[in-house]
Amino acid sequence: MGGNPQLDEQGALRHLLTIDGLPRQTLVQILDTAESFVAVNEQEVRKVPLLRGKAIFNLFFEPSTRTRTTFEIAAKRLSADVINLNIGTSSQSKGETLLDTVDNLAAMQADMFIVRHAQSGAAHMIARHVAPHIHVVNAGDGRHAHPTQGLLDMFTIRRYKSAFHNLRVAIVGDVLHSRVARSQIHALTTLGVPEVRVVAPKTLLPVDVAQMGVHVFHDMVAGLRDVDVVIILRLQNERMRGARLPSTQEYFHYYGLTPEKLACAKPDAIVMHPGPMNRGVEIDSRVADGGQSVILPQVTFGIAVRMAVMSILAGNS
Amino acid sequence: MMKIHLQGGRIIDPQSGLDRLGNVCVADGKIVAIGEQPPDFVADRVIDARGLCVCPGLVDLSVRLREPGNEYRATLASEMRAACAGGVTTLACPPDTEPPLDEIGLIEMLKFRAKSLHLSKVYPVAALTQKLAGERLTEMAELRDAGCIGVSQADAGLVDNQVLMRALEYAATFDITVWLRPQDVYLSRGGVAHDGVVAARLGLPAIPLAAETIAVMTILLLARETGARVHLCRLSSAMAIQMVRHAKAEGLSVTCDISIQHLHLSEIDIGYFDPNCHLVPPLRSLRDRDAIRTALADGTIDAVCSDHTPVDDDAKLLPFGETEPGASGVELLLALTLKWAAETGAPLAKALGTVTYQPARIMGVPAGQLAVGAAADLCVVDLAQWWRVDATSLKSQGKNTPFFGYELCGKVRYTLVDGLMAFEANQHGLSDS
Repeated sequence: MGGNPQLDEQGALRHLLTIDGLPRQTLVQILDTAESFVAVNEQEVRKVPLLRGKAIFNLFFEPSTRTRTTFEIAAKRLSADVINLNIGTSSQSKGETLLDTVDNLAAMQADMFIVRHAQSGAAHMIARHVAPHIHVVNAGDGRHAHPTQGLLDMFTIRRYKSAFHNLRVAIVGDVLHSRVARSQIHALTTLGVPEVRVVAPKTLLPVDVAQMGVHVFHDMVAGLRDVDVVIILRLQNERMRGARLPSTQEYFHYYGLTPEKLACAKPDAIVMHPGPMNRGVEIDSRVADGGQSVILPQVTFGIAVRMAVMSILAGNS
Repeated sequence: MMKIHLQGGRIIDPQSGLDRLGNVCVADGKIVAIGEQPPDFVADRVIDARGLCVCPGLVDLSVRLREPGNEYRATLASEMRAACAGGVTTLACPPDTEPPLDEIGLIEMLKFRAKSLHLSKVYPVAALTQKLAGERLTEMAELRDAGCIGVSQADAGLVDNQVLMRALEYAATFDITVWLRPQDVYLSRGGVAHDGVVAARLGLPAIPLAAETIAVMTILLLARETGARVHLCRLSSAMAIQMVRHAKAEGLSVTCDISIQHLHLSEIDIGYFDPNCHLVPPLRSLRDRDAIRTALADGTIDAVCSDHTPVDDDAKLLPFGETEPGASGVELLLALTLKWAAETGAPLAKALGTVTYQPARIMGVPAGQLAVGAAADLCVVDLAQWWRVDATSLKSQGKNTPFFGYELCGKVRYTLVDGLMAFEANQHGLSDS
């Protein structure tokens, strides 16, 4: 099925579908561009005319508040026209196929689709299908990828730790079901982080996860020892139904991030979470609201990173 | 009836080991001579087979014809024409039609409709349980008498081992072969890809190896207990094959097949969510693929089949996990078996055996061999012709195969069924007569 579907013939970014397979320079370019947008976001008039006249469709087949909102703000700050569609409650329930929906919106002169879907590979499929001038940004597909989240996490790490080449990063929690974790792992390994760890019970890790270039830990104390960055993943309640975990209480006991467990990490370690948080399940409120938490800055940086992605894609038309 | 003289071809009969240059003469639907042309034989049509290979028509253990019930996907006529273009003169069709093949009336209708097309010979495999629901047995002895060559759950799975054991006992009573695709229903639930590195990267719900191996172990233990004859369909893993190897050494009455997809591809071929690689069972690791190739050479695997599953375009234009699994393949069976032989150094006759007399034995039908007096089911193949797999080169209504873009060697030029020309390629090697 051909080469990397997110790059054009010249190797420029045409879609952003996954971080897997993207060159390091592309990631750095996005992070550097985002830096300039952070400045824009701190101005009195937080708007630039880069995407004036462009129509950006937020195509959310799965509910989301944070991601959709930050994409919307990012697009508006670039002066684009933003159209929000919650497809879960419209066409799909009337039996229209995914590609019919996409075709109809493309016929409304869309320039860019921001897509969220419950199935892994949905954004790839849409990207394969659309006309060449339309860009697709994956805003989360099943368990596969959430590249803008991965990028905003890298942006946050770079802001607080300045470099990647001397870091130890631990990702804790439900890696198996997490598109965020996959994007983070690819981003961290691509940017040259020498040691990426995953910490979880075996039921929440893919069998061959080590082949993605991570060190596997089942004991959280060992997994957090001397790390510079702790990333906590959200635990969804349905995991209890699938016989993957006995209870949230037991999970919190062994894998919830408490001040005591955080003390195993380096004293200046930062704590990240992609949100939305389950306090008392994967993270203790004292940590979430504590001095090492950068969870709210992550959200703020998310706007700049999404502005960077959209402006780079539009510039590669 | 037309008398046909196939002149000067390389005649290969994998079963007898015959491999020589010569003539094959056909009259009244039967082979009347192999080697020299009888002096009194006057042909109505002489086919110049010099430079070509004359071999038995292929026997395919799994071809979904999509009738009854799924005519929007494919029809008997479209898929049997595809089979003939692929040199397949005898085929078994699994019972997972709509409704499933669980009643004599359905079997008779299917056989009648197939026969009236004068193309490949169709042998249905009947459902093992009513509506494939895994609860009540079908009237399998009567279904056998109506022409079914075995009973199967197809891909429907069987949860209840008590039902499985009794089905095996009952089938053994009537000496009926039970065809089972080993799959633990619970372990494979929700999965769409092998539980390996690709599923880990792509975030695809996974099917562990144990979904296959536990089922194989269960089936082998129950086969020993009941004395039933079992055919294991579409093995996908090294470990399952190893278990079959042991069972055969032990003398158990068990055979097995693999699909052309699993003979050549692995999970890696999924690439960026290629829906044509969404298959049942899933494509597994390269190690498993290599074990399959070895086991085909050493005889542990008895047959290669196409597992032909035409799927309409719409059912593949979805995110990977929502796509309909399966690949169209009956026209690729020959070329992909030859590809395996060329890549592994297996002898030509051995490769042809895995798609002719060996599957015919599993079906228990007189097919897959060249013999004087036998039905003239044969094909004439250009072993040196390269061709490209694409939507236009396939006659099947299902334009879904992971082999699109492959250049393959080996193309059928003529297919005869009961001495009638069922397929004839034009000079460019592509279209019907």
